[in-house]
Amino acid sequence: MREDPVEMSVAAPVAAPPEPQREALPTAPSTVPGGAPLSLAPPAAGIPGAAPATVPAAKIEIRDLNLYYGPFRAVRDVSMGIAANQITAIIGPSGCGKSTFLRSINRMHELTRHASMDGQVLLDGVDVYSPEVDAVDLRRFVGMVFQRPNPFPTMSIYDNVVAGLRLGGGARKADLDEVVERCLRAAGLWDEVKDKLRAGGTSLSGGQQQRLCIARALAVDPEVILMDEPASALDPVATLRIEELMLELRGRFTIVIVTHNMQQASRVSDFTAFFSMGEDRAGYLVEMDRTARIFTNPREKLTEDYVSGRFG
Amino acid sequence: MIGAVPARDATLAERLRAGRSPRRRAVDRAGRGLALAATLACVVPLAAVLFFVVAKGAGALNLDLLTKPAKALGTGGGALQSWLGTVQMVGLATLIAVPVGIAAGIYVSEFAGHRAARAIRFASDVMVGVPSILVGIFVYVLLVLPFRQFNAFAGSVALAVIIVPVIQRTTEEVLGLVPRELREGSLALGVPSWRTTLSVVLPTARAGVLTGVMLGVARAAGETAPLLFTALGSRLVNIGGFGEPMDSLTLFIYNGARSPIAALNDQAWGAALLLLLLVLGINVSVRLRSMGGVRA
Repeated sequence: MREDPVEMSVAAPVAAPPEPQREALPTAPSTVPGGAPLSLAPPAAGIPGAAPATVPAAKIEIRDLNLYYGPFRAVRDVSMGIAANQITAIIGPSGCGKSTFLRSINRMHELTRHASMDGQVLLDGVDVYSPEVDAVDLRRFVGMVFQRPNPFPTMSIYDNVVAGLRLGGGARKADLDEVVERCLRAAGLWDEVKDKLRAGGTSLSGGQQQRLCIARALAVDPEVILMDEPASALDPVATLRIEELMLELRGRFTIVIVTHNMQQASRVSDFTAFFSMGEDRAGYLVEMDRTARIFTNPREKLTEDYVSGRFG
Repeated sequence: MIGAVPARDATLAERLRAGRSPRRRAVDRAGRGLALAATLACVVPLAAVLFFVVAKGAGALNLDLLTKPAKALGTGGGALQSWLGTVQMVGLATLIAVPVGIAAGIYVSEFAGHRAARAIRFASDVMVGVPSILVGIFVYVLLVLPFRQFNAFAGSVALAVIIVPVIQRTTEEVLGLVPRELREGSLALGVPSWRTTLSVVLPTARAGVLTGVMLGVARAAGETAPLLFTALGSRLVNIGGFGEPMDSLTLFIYNGARSPIAALNDQAWGAALLLLLLVLGINVSVRLRSMGGVRA
């Protein structure tokens, strides 16, 4: 947890430049939109089939990741880099292991009974599965938003936002009020709830609940936010609101979003990873590239078939 | 014979107009009748018990019964020592059983492996079904014989043994109803597992856990057999003397009902009504309290 919460200014404009201390490499990702290819951290952490990586500073690097449920391999040999402070979308047909993959990044995968894994997930160069990393601590840096809004039903809006701080033991009582306002503003919910912070979290509409969950995730001051189909249970208007929010958070947080909705991926993400399912029913990474390229001129025939709606 | 249904070759309109056959109508009516009769068979005895307790007890339930102890000999006096005893013994039993029962329920629901959970669940189900007099004998051997003294503490322990499995099973079941998404939502914030259980899962299931506690308390308040060998019963008011015998409403009812003296029979009815009101009162007040706070 960083020292100064005010540093993450809520009022910052959409394209706030990333804070230097978050950079994995000295090269700022802000140079990327121009297209200057940057080598992915250590030796071409290969995106299979991809040209020598054209990914900016990698916040997360996945190497030869396999994920299992008991004897069943759900995800096979995934290696990829996830760019710092960008939005990376993961798309693919149902059952191809997208969510399983996402949950391996903050070690939620291991909470499932009989789940296991091998390979590496490096966060700023540190393998999150190495023995010296504590999963509980890890999850403070890698937050998560779920498919169905899940505010804690026994807590007020206020208490929901600060739940992570209070229950995680990182709370300094003094400025909880400040945290609540800052995070609710960041989640675009402040104006709607500022007069009823003591109302129950579940009294809000579905879209508001989801934004409350995003505010809750922001409150513990993570660097990475994982979103597992965050809008699939919401109506189009609420969905749009979430997408706008993601674009506002871009640049300050590394966001990984799993989505069934290809339009959503193309609207919000900088990079897109396409997963598919092999003969053995294990999900694997078909290709990963800039979102524009995946949707216009992908390298793989399979990707093209999927994004053009020919299957899946 | 389904005479009313027109032949297959009738038009759809004709077949629709034919309506239900008389036979099906009769079967339907019979089925509904049986269901209603079964419902009445359940409700009538309950209503009858309530009716008799109220009708016979109302006359005997007076201030004397509440405020005066039994006389050392003969009739007259009240049941002060009895309801005080029930409150104390059930209270102590609840204090012992609630932490144990809830903790065990949490363990089985949240942490135990599949096999351990099944074994504990089975043990609890057996415990719920054990005749309470066996519990009384068990505690008698454990806490009465060694001290050569009937005592209220043994009574409380016996009642606690009866309550624990009830609370454990209910807690386990209502925790199982808490959606996984809530646990994961908390864990994903970096909240440790134990804190997630205590601060997110348990409060969400609060109403159900309280129901379990109330079921246990009500059951304990109504038990007689396990107290016969332990607290024994007494005609003296005993406040806080857990090392000595203590009376309870159930023991008072038991003794009064067996007595050949009509006045004591009446007092037993009064005590029965008092017991009923006591359990009802605890139930209602706990429920009202649990309805406060944030609701879904």
